[in-house]
Amino acid sequence: MADALFENKLIVGPSPHVGTCDSVSRIMWSVVIALVPAFFVAALNFGLYAVAVALVSIITAVIVEAAVQKFRGVPITVSDGSAVVTGLLLAFTLPPDVPLYIPVIGSAFAIGIAKHAFGGLGCNIWNPALAGRAFLLAAYSSNIVMTKWPILGTPFTGNVAIDAVTKATPLAVLKTAPLAFFKSYSLMELFLGRIAGSMGEMSALVLIIGGLFLIFKGYINWRLPLGFILTVAVLTVLLPVRDSHGEFIVLWRHLDTVGFNQIIGISLAQVLSGGLMLGAFFMATDMVTSPLSGRGQLIFGIGCGVLTAIIRLYGGYPEGVCYSILIMNTAVWLIDKHTVPRFFGARK
Amino acid sequence: MKTFKDGGIHPPEMKQLSKDSKLERIELPKQLIFPVSQHIGAPAKAIVSVGDEVLKGQVIAEANGFVSVPIHASTSGKVVTIEPRTTVLGKICDHIVIESDGQDKWSEENKRSREWKDLGKDKIKSFIKDAGIVGMGGAAFPTHVKLSPPDDRPIDTLILNGIECEPYLTCDYRLMMEKTKGVIEGLRIIMKVLGVERAIIGVEANKQDAFEAMRDACWADDGISAELLKVKYPQGAEKQLIEALIGREVPPGKLPLDVGVVVQNVGTAYAVYEAVTQSKPLIERAVTVTGDGISKPANLIVPIGTPISDLLQRQGVNPKTKKLILGGPMMGIAVPTPEFPVTKGTSGILALMKIPNYMPGPCIRCGKCVSVCPLRGMAAEMVAAIEAGQVEKYEHLHVLDCVECGTCTFACPSHRTLVHYVKQAKAEYQAWKAEQQNKK
Repeated sequence: MADALFENKLIVGPSPHVGTCDSVSRIMWSVVIALVPAFFVAALNFGLYAVAVALVSIITAVIVEAAVQKFRGVPITVSDGSAVVTGLLLAFTLPPDVPLYIPVIGSAFAIGIAKHAFGGLGCNIWNPALAGRAFLLAAYSSNIVMTKWPILGTPFTGNVAIDAVTKATPLAVLKTAPLAFFKSYSLMELFLGRIAGSMGEMSALVLIIGGLFLIFKGYINWRLPLGFILTVAVLTVLLPVRDSHGEFIVLWRHLDTVGFNQIIGISLAQVLSGGLMLGAFFMATDMVTSPLSGRGQLIFGIGCGVLTAIIRLYGGYPEGVCYSILIMNTAVWLIDKHTVPRFFGARK
Repeated sequence: MKTFKDGGIHPPEMKQLSKDSKLERIELPKQLIFPVSQHIGAPAKAIVSVGDEVLKGQVIAEANGFVSVPIHASTSGKVVTIEPRTTVLGKICDHIVIESDGQDKWSEENKRSREWKDLGKDKIKSFIKDAGIVGMGGAAFPTHVKLSPPDDRPIDTLILNGIECEPYLTCDYRLMMEKTKGVIEGLRIIMKVLGVERAIIGVEANKQDAFEAMRDACWADDGISAELLKVKYPQGAEKQLIEALIGREVPPGKLPLDVGVVVQNVGTAYAVYEAVTQSKPLIERAVTVTGDGISKPANLIVPIGTPISDLLQRQGVNPKTKKLILGGPMMGIAVPTPEFPVTKGTSGILALMKIPNYMPGPCIRCGKCVSVCPLRGMAAEMVAAIEAGQVEKYEHLHVLDCVECGTCTFACPSHRTLVHYVKQAKAEYQAWKAEQQNKK
């Protein structure tokens, strides 16, 4: 009698019987959406070729992910968007005029080695896109494919003057002659994205908008990007930089000669240049490769900031975002171990 | 408005389905089923035999030890079967089946009314014990045990739990609205037993009217106050409620009485009131029958032992129901058949048609489980250790201190069944611990 109450067998399963409507794929596609404005800026500045670079990178990532999963005999999960995110982020770290085999190799390394050799989604130690970029940088630096930045053509035409690198990049200026920075660049150019650089790091404005969207959705923790960016801003003022004679000076000690506005300007220029916004909002915040707790994420962000500032000011590369995040990725287990929140009621 | 500090979630409340339906006494069921184990602690021992005639309120199984309670017939009739069956929790114990005679005749012992204020503490406690009262919020822990704190643990605060943070459930809400005086009187009785001067009634802001009813009913009592709390799951969990109301944290492995607090559910207070003032044992309880698979969601007064199928039929159950849950959707148990009876701990019956069809994926270390855990546990790391079989890490990671509220699992975007891992790990740990001791 009782069994006649129901047409089908009742489903039994462990509690809770309700759950969030969030999902991994929703998170990943939200990241893609958050990156769309930056993608438009890249297309606007560099034209259709940049779009092609991004598409090649994404398509390679998806194909390699599917192939590796098929080979590993695990479910194929390319629709969750995580490979798309990796492909897009990798493209964003590339010069917009790279030959198309570069994103193919980078994406294949990112997905095939950096992600799946470690066990796939959730198991990788390093951010796949950054690992892919680091691989490309090591493999193709000698023939300057990876370190040559085209200056901008006019919007919409994509008129990239490939061989016409006439101006030192903002980060190079900030490293060698920060006090002369505002002779060649303005903060507004950096903010809106009218400065040479890799595809996705053009406009700080659109990256911040995308990042705020992810913070608002609860997909990234504000502590991490804030810790990262603020640390870079502060260290720029506190650490010795080269003055006009090539001597190291600490900016805040020369407040009278350098001027308050110039110091803040240089600090802001550091923050708005290069891949910092892209790295702080979209790469360092990669869930898989960042710490679990809020406190851990803050420490992680600050660590990224310290390493970025040191590499930028004293390192062999003009930009340190990529390596700083990769190094901090390596230290995540250590941060996690030491930032376990005090359990409810446990002794302090 | 107060609430507990860390973590917590806001699952859809779904209380509107049944919140306005007044408590309604159901018709006498034809057959009632009494598992001798429907509380935490030693199962009761059957003292009737097949063929015995029993009266309403008569003891049919007696307490078997201190942490145990007797079970009473909830109507008059004849014992037709006593046999081992499986309970909802998967325990096998004797089930006493009684066929109702339709008379609903009370036993002689249960006709007295009493003036409790003249009674001593121990006397009142013995009435509570003899009435078979257990915590009615779901855990079903014997109430007299909770009211017997050791002498070296002075209790200064009694908290009345009117939170009902599980989605869907509204029976505690109805009790506070309709049985206000009885609940408050039960609270006063418990205060006397514990000898405490202060009692706080906690109600969540989604039950503003119940809060007002309770507040207005206790305004003349110096020691009793009512507090409206911000809605957040799992505020009804003892540890969270204590922290929310008076800021004390119960240490891992300890009980509320270790921080000088006893928490009682409003349903329990009402049962205490009925037991002490009317000598009525715990033979019925308020149950919410609801869900999208129920055509007439309701709050019912149900004799203990009533088969769930009776209630489902009474309120109109959709045959396409996919999941049948005893309790709320966060901590309740999905049952494979409606043949189980309502027991002392059954607060709700949910028939759900729309259930999420989740495919658990890998952990992406998003940290959501960590940020929502009300106990500040590292669920992701716990489950990583559990998956790797690292039993020796469980204690350090507080796997054993998890209260299984389901918050982490609710929030997991990868839809991993984290709580389920933890439940299994606890059993695994006990086995491992025993093995370690044997080695020594």
